[in-house]
Amino acid sequence: MLTLIGGAAVLALILFFAVRNYAVQVAQQGQDTILDASVTSMLDAATIQDGTVELDLPYAAFSMLATSADDRVFYAILRDGKFLSGYEELATAGNFLPDSPVFQTSQIRGAPVRTISASRTLIGANERVDVQIFLAQTQDALSETLDQISRNAALLGVGFFTLAAVLSFWATSATIGQLGKLTTSVTRRGPQDLRPFTKPVPREMVPLVSSLNSLVGRLDQSLTQSEDFIAEAAHRVRTPLATVRSYAEATLQRVDKEENREAMRSMIKAIDESSRAAGQLLDHAMITFRADHLERDAIDLTELVSDLAQRLAPIAEMKDLSIALRGDPHVPYSGDPVLLQNAVRNLIDNAMKYGPAESSIEITVSGKPKPQIMVCDHGPGFPENEIETLTTRFQRGANATDSIGSGLGLTIAQDVAMAHGGGIHLENRLEGGACVTLSL
Amino acid sequence: MKFLLVEDNQDLANAILSRMTMAGHVIDHAANLGDASAFVATGQYDLILLDIMLPDGDGRTFLKQHRASDLDTPVIVLTARSQVSDRIGSLDMGADDYVTKPFDHAELEARSRAVLRRKSGYAKTTIEIGGVVFDPVAGHLTVGGEEVQMRNRELRLLELFLNAPGQIFSKNKLADRLFSYDDDVSENAIEVYVGRLRRHLKPSDLSITTLRGLGYRLDHDE
Repeated sequence: MLTLIGGAAVLALILFFAVRNYAVQVAQQGQDTILDASVTSMLDAATIQDGTVELDLPYAAFSMLATSADDRVFYAILRDGKFLSGYEELATAGNFLPDSPVFQTSQIRGAPVRTISASRTLIGANERVDVQIFLAQTQDALSETLDQISRNAALLGVGFFTLAAVLSFWATSATIGQLGKLTTSVTRRGPQDLRPFTKPVPREMVPLVSSLNSLVGRLDQSLTQSEDFIAEAAHRVRTPLATVRSYAEATLQRVDKEENREAMRSMIKAIDESSRAAGQLLDHAMITFRADHLERDAIDLTELVSDLAQRLAPIAEMKDLSIALRGDPHVPYSGDPVLLQNAVRNLIDNAMKYGPAESSIEITVSGKPKPQIMVCDHGPGFPENEIETLTTRFQRGANATDSIGSGLGLTIAQDVAMAHGGGIHLENRLEGGACVTLSL
Repeated sequence: MKFLLVEDNQDLANAILSRMTMAGHVIDHAANLGDASAFVATGQYDLILLDIMLPDGDGRTFLKQHRASDLDTPVIVLTARSQVSDRIGSLDMGADDYVTKPFDHAELEARSRAVLRRKSGYAKTTIEIGGVVFDPVAGHLTVGGEEVQMRNRELRLLELFLNAPGQIFSKNKLADRLFSYDDDVSENAIEVYVGRLRRHLKPSDLSITTLRGLGYRLDHDE
């Protein structure tokens, strides 16, 4: 855009000077022709009589020099190089060749003049006399014309520049505007949106859009492939684990010998541990991805938590735990429901793990002063010496690799809260039990 | 309860079948969606356990068709996929619930009961013995005509005993059915639950006998 306008400005300047130069040349030529004609007619009028040079300055010689600006005319007549009549300073101003008219631009009495010198040889009875005439004219009319031409040339230049600038502005906004629209539509897309771009674009941009579309297509394909791969990998790992676990449970029913039973129990525990760790690691990876491209939907936090509580109720029931939901009946919030559900689920999972049988897990959802979800249990609480380290660890951002197990649950909750601009807070209640507050 | 298991992995299917049979359930097995449709068309099931990845299609397609037809047999999806998005997807498609593989059979049973309780008009299977009427799905117990409020673990303990009157259950065996495997269970805890059950059953003709060093047995006193 700037380059285009700069180019137009340079072109306009060049145009201005070219026109002006040409005009100067043409005008100068005109003046020279008149001066030439005038001096020729003066020389024609010169005669020699008895050794005396007679020169009647013809009226026409001066009338043809008349201009609208009342330019002054100077002349000097020389005989064999000796001044005869006119303005002497004109004759001494230059050294002229005797033949052929010679033009020169000089100054007389502070005014720029165009001077012509021409000579003629007069042949008398027995002598030869060289008559030389200098004729000068000021350039007021010429400079007036030049001024006018310059003005016109400048107007032309400005006009050209304006037109070029407007055209380049139009051209760039037509293409750049389309590019801008394309950029906006690329930027506005959610992370899951990998459809090709179908908005109409100028013909020149079609190759760009089609190569963009083919890139998006390949990206979509490779994302689908890696998603399929993860799903397939999870499927291949979990299915045999499920087989082993089901057999182990069935075997445990039949076996009576206590040491064998203990072995089966350890086996089941190990399977649960590994599948939980694998699940949380996959969840954590998914959450990191989603948190980078947070998609906010309008949701009701209370509804989200109550759905989750209902879904977890059968597991809580197995332990004779009850889940109590308190707080505001509606807490509208704009966030990623999948992430929030996962975070709260991890908090409730921990509470169910540590809460003793026949106790309750209290979940409080509140909207003021800021949206908060608090999950409390009646378990042993966080060890006093660890509450500090846990909290500071989350403050400086936890490392997923050193906190597998239930710790990763808190890390997930922390990551989700941070992605929504909040954090988690751990504390022990005075009456016993742990409380984790997820604020958004 | 009568289950239909739709699962293509033969090993896993066998394991689930053996575990479910052992818990006293009736269970049929379909290895693909075609078989599953045939089973559903001919048999009455309380619940369908549906795998997602099957050789002849996606379990969720079956779920959609199943929901589109008039059959309202509840479906619990067994998913081996990784978590969140898939779970939500299957619930949106009309699954009543889901469990992630590998799953705890106790959890599966708990979820099955919860799903059945939500459905009105499920086929009631009550156990009546010695003045006790027990509905394991609803978790209702009446002793001598009086309704008794029980906690979940008490219910499951009672269900165990009622399914096999006269059989001896060791404390460890009972513990495995009542507690999850990562709970630390003291033998004392079992005694507490047995004690509560005895109080509930007092007005009936049933009693729980302690056999020193062996465990417990439910007896029906004539």
